[in-house]
Amino acid sequence: MKHYVNKNTMTWTLFAAVVFALIEGLILADILDSYYQVTLITICINIILALSLNLIIGYSGQFSLGHAGFMAIGAYCAALTLAKLPNLMGLLLGILIGIVISGIIALIIAIPTLRLRGDYLAIATLGFSEVIRIAILNMDVTGGAAGLSNIPKITTFPVIYIFILITLIVIVNFARSSHGRACASVREDEIASESMGVNTTKYKTLAFVIGAALASVGGALYAAYFYVINPGTFGFQKSIDILVIVVFGGMGSLTGSIVAAIILGFITLALQSFAELRMILYAVAIIVIMIYRPSGLFGNKELNITKLFKKKERKEAK
Amino acid sequence: MTLFLQQLVNGLSLGSIFALVALGYTMVYGIIKLINFAHGDIYMVGAYIGYMAITSLKVGLFPAIIIAMITCAVLGVVIEKIAYKPLRNASRITSLITAIGVSLLLEYVMMYFMGAGVRTFPDVMDKTKIEFAGLSITSAQLLILGTTLLLMLLLQFIVKKTKIGKAMRAVSVDADAARLMGINVDRTISYTFAIGSALAGAAGVLVGVYYNTISPLMGVTPGLKAFIAAVFGGIGVIPGAMFGGLFIGVAETMVGVYWSSLIKDAVVYIILILILLIKPSGILGKNVKEKV
Repeated sequence: MKHYVNKNTMTWTLFAAVVFALIEGLILADILDSYYQVTLITICINIILALSLNLIIGYSGQFSLGHAGFMAIGAYCAALTLAKLPNLMGLLLGILIGIVISGIIALIIAIPTLRLRGDYLAIATLGFSEVIRIAILNMDVTGGAAGLSNIPKITTFPVIYIFILITLIVIVNFARSSHGRACASVREDEIASESMGVNTTKYKTLAFVIGAALASVGGALYAAYFYVINPGTFGFQKSIDILVIVVFGGMGSLTGSIVAAIILGFITLALQSFAELRMILYAVAIIVIMIYRPSGLFGNKELNITKLFKKKERKEAK
Repeated sequence: MTLFLQQLVNGLSLGSIFALVALGYTMVYGIIKLINFAHGDIYMVGAYIGYMAITSLKVGLFPAIIIAMITCAVLGVVIEKIAYKPLRNASRITSLITAIGVSLLLEYVMMYFMGAGVRTFPDVMDKTKIEFAGLSITSAQLLILGTTLLLMLLLQFIVKKTKIGKAMRAVSVDADAARLMGINVDRTISYTFAIGSALAGAAGVLVGVYYNTISPLMGVTPGLKAFIAAVFGGIGVIPGAMFGGLFIGVAETMVGVYWSSLIKDAVVYIILILILLIKPSGILGKNVKEKV
């Protein structure tokens, strides 16, 4: 236990608590009204989705274009469970079911496709997520093209904040474990790590399954906030949206994903009435970032709060 | 049996369109190993250029196809110069994401200027039906099959018999060696983009004539399907793209008729996944060992 109690974790815990108190306070004081709360929750859901995709792309170097498919699984599992059990327990149960199902499907997808490399993998994951979407479109229990509606609104800011923290803890601990280091070696050079005895398929699969399960959590929270879900929500476009956040923040940087999700959330809010202009801006941003700064906002570095404070202290000492 | 043959004709018409788009994917992939996600959108731009040529310039169908091909060729080269050329030595994921960015840019710029709605493509040819041995072939289908055949023969001629075709084949085998032999690699890549984009432009106009509707997002799904066709036939192999396009077109039509039209869209992806599992290099592709 002592291992976990150090200055760095303490600073982060404190920081997380302060941020939570600040935002919750603004909500309670009614400064953040329901209009802004929609943006807030969207940003939070995007953070979870981007973090989970970052685990696949940034940490293990596998290019997945099918994240929306797993989000859809989570969303539908939660919506169907909530129809029977419309409370927080129902949501938790739905999330659990979503994690199991999307994990199993990710495993089925991963074992054959992760033998593929680079762009082939991207296309295969894209194909699978389209198959998932079309399957949902054709099932009775999911309500076909109309989707499911009247989903009880269970997701609140505290709930989603806890899930962001859980996602972060899972990913950070995974990345720092021996499995995480094996994934990083696969990312850096697959052939070299294979020749060092790393079971590359196993670690790629592991990262993919964990990422998929976390994406389904994001989907479940989405379903429990927006009342309505339909297959159209979880198309190729959604996968691209999440990808843009990860790329913008920097592949391999968790704090980068969070900051990017927040910035893009505000841009979306500002350009709400110019949907096309927003997408043009998005597109130009992707191209320019890729040409001039392919590593994104933060590269694969993390924003370090402890150091940030230390710098200030040092400055004050002077 | 008649139904089967009839559907075969319908499938081949649809497949010709996929094949024309797939050729562009395969040529670009063969030469710079990039999945040009924007290719489906160049096909969309082609349809809009054809539409504008017919409605504003009041030209006939064939001049419209030529105009669309030329505009798309220029567009393809410009995109290559601006977006892909700076990334020649970057990682594949970087160029792939850039291609997605270009694709979004084309879609939403078109939406911004032309509106998000569906437009009706003008009637430029009388849709007569030709009855033949119990089959009915519309004139639009004949046009598609004929134009596709012509363009493919032309492409084969360019690739096999001309100097630039020889350069393209050389660069796709080994760009560095080609450069040492005095081939201007950058110019060859530009030509490849120009030819591929021109084919997509032609396909766009043909699809406008066939389905009568065009929209800014019309390129996304056919683009993906054409890419799958290219993978199925063996990416980088020109006859493979032709074969793959026709196969995907026929398979989709047949499943739509004999099974369920809702499953139709999934079939393509299932074919993709199967081919990637069984023979990732494609039906006509060669296995290439990865070197360390």
